[in-house]
Amino acid sequence: MMAMLYLESSKKAIRGTMVAGSAVLTILSVYLAVQFLALRAGGDTSEYLFYSTTPWYQGFLNIHYAVGVDGVSVAMLLLSSIVVLTGSFASFAVENQTKDYFLWFLMLSIGVFGFFISVDLFTMFIFYEVALIPMYLLIGLWGTGPKEYAAMKLTLMLMGGSAFLMVGILGIYFMGSPAGSENTFEMTQLIKTVADNMPMEWQRTFFCLTFVGFGVLGAMFPFHTWSPDGHASAPTAVSMLHAGVLMKLGGYGCYRVSICLMPEAAQEMGWIFIILTGTSVFYGAYSACVQNDLKYINAYSSVSHCGMVLFALLMYNQTAMTGAFLQMLSHGLMTALFFCLIGSIYGRTHTRDIREMGGMMQIMPVLGVCYVIAGMASLGLPGLSGFVAEMNIFLGAFEVNDTFHRVFTLLACSSIVITAVYILRVVGKMLYGPVQNEHHRELTDATWWEKVAAFGLIISIAIIGIFPGWVRDMISDSLDEIVKHLN
Amino acid sequence: MENIITFAPCVLLLPFLMFLFLGLTNYKWTGKQAGIIGTAGITVVAFCCYYIALQYFFGGVGKPDGATAYQTITVFNMEWMKMSVAHPGLTISIGFLLDPISAMMLIVISTVSLMVHIYSFGYMFEHGHYDEGMQRYYCVLSLFSFAMLGLVLATNIFQMYIFWELVGVSSFLLIGYYYKKPAAISACKKAFIVTRFADMFYLIGILIVSYYTKTFDFVEMNTLAENGHTLVGNSMEGLTFMGLSLTTLAMFLIFLGGAGKSAMFPFHIWLPDAMEGPTPSSALIHAATMVVAGVFLVARLFPVFAIDAPNALEAITYIGAFTALFAAVIAVAQTDIKRVLAFSTISQIAYMMVALGVARFSIEGVEHVETTLGFTASMWHLFTHAMFKAMLFLCCGCIIHCVESNEMAKMGGLKKYMPITWACFGIGCLAIAGIPPFSGFFSKGEILSACLENQCTGIYVIMTLTAGLTAFYMFRLFYHIFYYEENPEYATSEHKPHDQKWPMTLPLIVFAVLTCVCGFFPFGQLITASHEAIEIETNWFVEGVSLTTAALGIGIAYVLYYKKNDKPAKIMAKMQGLCTAASHRFYIDEVWYGITRSFIFGIICKSIAWFDRHCIDGFMDLMGWLTNRASSESKDFQSGHVQQYAWVFVMGVVVIGTLALYL
Repeated sequence: MMAMLYLESSKKAIRGTMVAGSAVLTILSVYLAVQFLALRAGGDTSEYLFYSTTPWYQGFLNIHYAVGVDGVSVAMLLLSSIVVLTGSFASFAVENQTKDYFLWFLMLSIGVFGFFISVDLFTMFIFYEVALIPMYLLIGLWGTGPKEYAAMKLTLMLMGGSAFLMVGILGIYFMGSPAGSENTFEMTQLIKTVADNMPMEWQRTFFCLTFVGFGVLGAMFPFHTWSPDGHASAPTAVSMLHAGVLMKLGGYGCYRVSICLMPEAAQEMGWIFIILTGTSVFYGAYSACVQNDLKYINAYSSVSHCGMVLFALLMYNQTAMTGAFLQMLSHGLMTALFFCLIGSIYGRTHTRDIREMGGMMQIMPVLGVCYVIAGMASLGLPGLSGFVAEMNIFLGAFEVNDTFHRVFTLLACSSIVITAVYILRVVGKMLYGPVQNEHHRELTDATWWEKVAAFGLIISIAIIGIFPGWVRDMISDSLDEIVKHLN
Repeated sequence: MENIITFAPCVLLLPFLMFLFLGLTNYKWTGKQAGIIGTAGITVVAFCCYYIALQYFFGGVGKPDGATAYQTITVFNMEWMKMSVAHPGLTISIGFLLDPISAMMLIVISTVSLMVHIYSFGYMFEHGHYDEGMQRYYCVLSLFSFAMLGLVLATNIFQMYIFWELVGVSSFLLIGYYYKKPAAISACKKAFIVTRFADMFYLIGILIVSYYTKTFDFVEMNTLAENGHTLVGNSMEGLTFMGLSLTTLAMFLIFLGGAGKSAMFPFHIWLPDAMEGPTPSSALIHAATMVVAGVFLVARLFPVFAIDAPNALEAITYIGAFTALFAAVIAVAQTDIKRVLAFSTISQIAYMMVALGVARFSIEGVEHVETTLGFTASMWHLFTHAMFKAMLFLCCGCIIHCVESNEMAKMGGLKKYMPITWACFGIGCLAIAGIPPFSGFFSKGEILSACLENQCTGIYVIMTLTAGLTAFYMFRLFYHIFYYEENPEYATSEHKPHDQKWPMTLPLIVFAVLTCVCGFFPFGQLITASHEAIEIETNWFVEGVSLTTAALGIGIAYVLYYKKNDKPAKIMAKMQGLCTAASHRFYIDEVWYGITRSFIFGIICKSIAWFDRHCIDGFMDLMGWLTNRASSESKDFQSGHVQQYAWVFVMGVVVIGTLALYL
């Protein structure tokens, strides 16, 4: 697909290839999900399905290219493919250097997909880096505002995170296997051996290292500051993919690497991160209340929602952890929708300051209605995906019966009110009310490709919101093993 | 029974499909077509509801042969989402629960909703054309009907919460219907956020209850309570939180959610502002159906409240009694006719809450008296109030349509122009004041006697006083609109005020007839806490006292407002402090704004945002700056001058050599 893109020269053809390619990708992901569910229903209980492994580099390090999927990764792949597809539509607005833009965009998606299907720690790490680097160029070249600063900040902070990760991963590699046997990066084996072979103090250290490493990407307080600047400067589709999918890499990694491999350390050290993520939840929400830039509002709201994801993962019970993955799905789709709409609005008004806009509902009703729907999903309206996720999280978190967890759960619950406050603030100021700027009256409503992007995301949000059963069960079943380990 | 199963899904599904259909085909239909589609849908739903309710009450479905009590029937219950693997009880289902109160609510909702759909045809038709948002309006009305029906039919507390949020959002959309008007925007935001705040308590209550009971199901919860277990087997017994039993706390939190929707003090602030929405939707949502959701919630869990958490019920009684009096006092001082009605709604809902609050299954020292009378009275009042309050609002709609203002000062002497509206409004006022034979007399009388007989004398006195105030402010409104002094503009204006066309008049007449007759329905036979018929005896002492107070209230209103005179001004001058405070709603809104705007927004949010930009982000930038600085300092080392390298090399050797020698 990349090759095809490289060969195409005209803008139209590039767009066409991109959309066709990501459509195929989406169809494949759906097909994968169907196959997966069919196999599971057929009684296949192995941990990873469609598993395959090839030795890749076996000199000093025993690296395999090992891939496979379980329920969690299938859900994440679905999310990624939908966001990539709608992101391609939303990228139609990119006018200069279209080919390079799409090439890097594709690179980013390769990294993301690779990350979610990897079973080998090292391969996973490589894909992780593959996803990060294009971000710098995409923001630095096609961004807006102080883009070099934002791109640099984002990349450096995430690279700082991956330095922690690298140490953690190598530590697990060298210390996680029983003496005498060959060291491995393979997670299916590590999951059985790490807990018994690694000394407890090292487990604690590596748990913290990897959790912080992934936590930076998951926008955990106080490592979240790349997110507002990065999102604000990134082009529409990159914001979509970044907030929608890339931030999920953090949560997914925390689960796959930190919690799955070192459950005992997770039990012991979890409290530190519960404080940090719990802080993220209401800190992000309160910060979002006073921002005036649309992208800042959503960046802080992402901090709050992603904080919820990590918070729920740390509750170590099935309901809350399932809620965490549902929240990843829901937040991914919803934020992608938000950034897609913000991009469209910004492309017309050339301002993102809500104080300078007003009455947009009269001028662009389609975008306005989509924005309200996105807002409703964000504040957890039943029938849309946010509700499903949040209820699982709250219910699960409440099952942990001690004062410390209770206090943080109640704090997290209070975020549903604050979310309503900042969402309605935007709706009231920007969409409702009289038109602020008379020039805005000449603006047009959504183009066909913006509609496709927005409606595609809304439909996905509604499907999860109205029929949550299948995806919830799919995720929940995959968590059986690890939950048993944790308790 | 089989027939019910065929019709039941239709009740929930049809409004939802109408909502989707109207929502997805926006701007495809003209206003009139959209209205017809919506109304046709709700008509079918209404007939299904009537059929189901009648079958339930009288067709032998609710009471199979030989049974003395109405059965609770789960018509269907579909699993929506399992929440926990270990506890199958924690499953959210979407179901259809039929018992006396939900059957009654089916009638209330479908009647009011149908009438409002019809009425809106006239109301949204102004200056010769339908309002441009007609389709959006009917779309949201369908969503509301769907959500409200789902709420009352809920089989489990989580289903109720789901639909609870959905009615909240449809209320938000309807209040903000005129989205270009700044007042409407702030009103819809306020309504949503205040109720959302209350919902948070509801959610926490659900979490506590479900944690201990491991079930969401209403029937199971109520059965547990009725069998003498505390809510949850015995696991919640003895658990306390700051001196309260945990059951009481949980039930009180759940009630707070209801208090938000039902606009109990101190969450009442959103309802008066909600009057910014179109008047028919105020009649449907903010008078008859959604605002009684809180009452319905308490009634639905009544066995749990009465047996496990009597303290919570006591708190409900006090909050209710205070709200009733408080709202009535404010209503006296309002000049916007819809706001008077809004405060009157708050006050009347508080009546229902009080009635539920005083009801118990048994009370020590009280014998030979039906102690659950309060429950029946509350539901009865809910029914009658829905009818006459919806009518009053629709009458207001007619008046506002003519006068094009909500202010009392613009009205007066309308009787000769709008006789039908006058008659209906009059019937509504008589009913709410508690004058026989109109429905309010019966239901309110039962509430008052329930208070007295269950030994809540203090509450009884407050409620009777409120009844007098109610009569006064309603007739103040009535006289002010229809008598007093005619606005001179009417005579000269081209559009003289007149009764409206049939779509607006028909609903008024239907409600007026219902208000006249529904006091005679045998509620004691149908709707009771134990589902068994009870005898309702009229307590003549109570009725006498309440009639006297009502007559007194009407009399004072007559003296002051029948003809223009200077007495009201004089009285106002004497009680200036109270009047100003009451017309400013006792500054409760300002207190809320103070807490939210100045404290939460101004201090907490701003300081967190500042801290984030300057401390945390500043720290990250500092790291960047330090790295930059360090590298620019150290870059001099790599100057490329061989002499410098040699110098450093030699010095290094000397230092190492010295160290090696001495160590």
